[in-house]
Amino acid sequence: MKYLTNLKLKVWRQDGPNAVGNFETHIVESVSDEASFLEMLDQLNERLIGENKDAVVFDHDCREGICGTCSLMINGRAHGPQRATTTCQLHMRTFSSGDEIVIEPWRAAAFPIIKDLMVDRASFDRIVESGGFITAPTGGAPDANLIPVPKPVADAAMDSAACIGCGACVAACPNGAANLFTGAKIAHLNVLPQGQAERYKRAEAMVNSMDDQFGSCTNHGECSAACPKEISLDVIALMNADFRKSKSKNRKALSRG
Amino acid sequence: MKLEDMAQTLRKSSGSRAPVTGTAIAVRKKRSLILDIYSTAVGKKYVMAISGIAMMGFVFFHMIGNLKMYLGAVELNHYAEFLRSLLYPLAPKGSVLWILRGGLVAMLALHLHAAWSLTVLNHQARPVKYQSPRDYEVANFASRTMRYSGMIVLSFLIWHLLDLTFGVVNTVGTDGTYVKGEVYANVVQSLDRWPVSVFYILANLLLGMHLRHGAWSIFQSLGWNNPRFNSWRWTFATGFALVVVIGNISFPIAVLAGIVKV
Repeated sequence: MKYLTNLKLKVWRQDGPNAVGNFETHIVESVSDEASFLEMLDQLNERLIGENKDAVVFDHDCREGICGTCSLMINGRAHGPQRATTTCQLHMRTFSSGDEIVIEPWRAAAFPIIKDLMVDRASFDRIVESGGFITAPTGGAPDANLIPVPKPVADAAMDSAACIGCGACVAACPNGAANLFTGAKIAHLNVLPQGQAERYKRAEAMVNSMDDQFGSCTNHGECSAACPKEISLDVIALMNADFRKSKSKNRKALSRG
Repeated sequence: MKLEDMAQTLRKSSGSRAPVTGTAIAVRKKRSLILDIYSTAVGKKYVMAISGIAMMGFVFFHMIGNLKMYLGAVELNHYAEFLRSLLYPLAPKGSVLWILRGGLVAMLALHLHAAWSLTVLNHQARPVKYQSPRDYEVANFASRTMRYSGMIVLSFLIWHLLDLTFGVVNTVGTDGTYVKGEVYANVVQSLDRWPVSVFYILANLLLGMHLRHGAWSIFQSLGWNNPRFNSWRWTFATGFALVVVIGNISFPIAVLAGIVKV
């Protein structure tokens, strides 16, 4: 185990959603290269609390890359410099002694800053909620594999379902668009037989909800590159196609009375 | 099924941290299908893509037609006359050309309006910018400068029309003035002025950059996604941009090099 020394952290501090924020510089004298990025921040916070100062507020929960709670724009990249990694899985060995590390919160109108590095991602919940339910038979537990799903379809659905809703796509997007997130949530159900009944209702409602809160896609591909789960841009194309179809199909369904 | 169940959306978040409640809250206003689609960002991208395809078609055939320059004045002028008398005598002379021109102007207007409104939307989506420099991973110069390359190409287009369609800025040629119908002489005289040629070449390089990102984006925006063919999308975009740019840039170079002369 080696130790990194003399790290210069520039951390964004902001008291509340409407407060003016600024960068605050902290020196981390020594930290193990086996520490995760969040553990490094924990050590900084322990010191700050010991000095009777306000701890740096940041989001975190499972610390194993599956909950989607951690965030952080590290040196201009969502979740830091390592691909397919959440901030909690990022280790200090990625950095070198004496590095300057700039830490900013996600920035988007739909992600208001709560405090320091913590943002409110309820706008994602609104998109998911607008997608509504799927029709599922209730009653006794159905037999396993009652609905046959081809393996490639199951795989595609699983790839989309891997989205943990961390918001890195929005943070990385130069336009603050949530197309990758919404696309993943739509594709997850829209390719499966279980999701067909509400397929077009879901596509229209979720795109509308996304539209109300986020920017638009200009096909940079930054979202997919920043995504800790490496969700493919294909889900955006699927969303666009399903949205187009939904406009005529939903109207047709409605006109049947 | 009621409308409320179909076209559901959620109330605009006012920035307040109210708890997320319910699903269908607001019903979107009923309007015609086209306007309804265009009111959304995804719909505007459809318009960007479709108008882009129309203009790509134009720019491609414009380049192909101009290759006639290498066959001499008679061939090029004959081709210009052919365009004016498209479908003649079925349609009056010039009518089809004007319909095509009208369509192109409409496509350009739609492309510009969609670009403008999406840009406004995108700026609203991130009112407070990142305060530290971004480290982009895959967004390239072309994709991040679409609106600037587009505006420069637009200004070139206006100048190009004034030069060779209306003949307003072509009266300072090396010899003689703009003569309507004398396409070959007009083009050669115009491109024989080196600042004009340089502007022409620069604008076409930007056009190529714009085309490459645009031609790829079309597939995403229109939802044309097929894992079997996806790897060809960049090949197509790069190939298309290269063909158009090389063809277009060859004209001023040929004139300056004296290969094509009056």
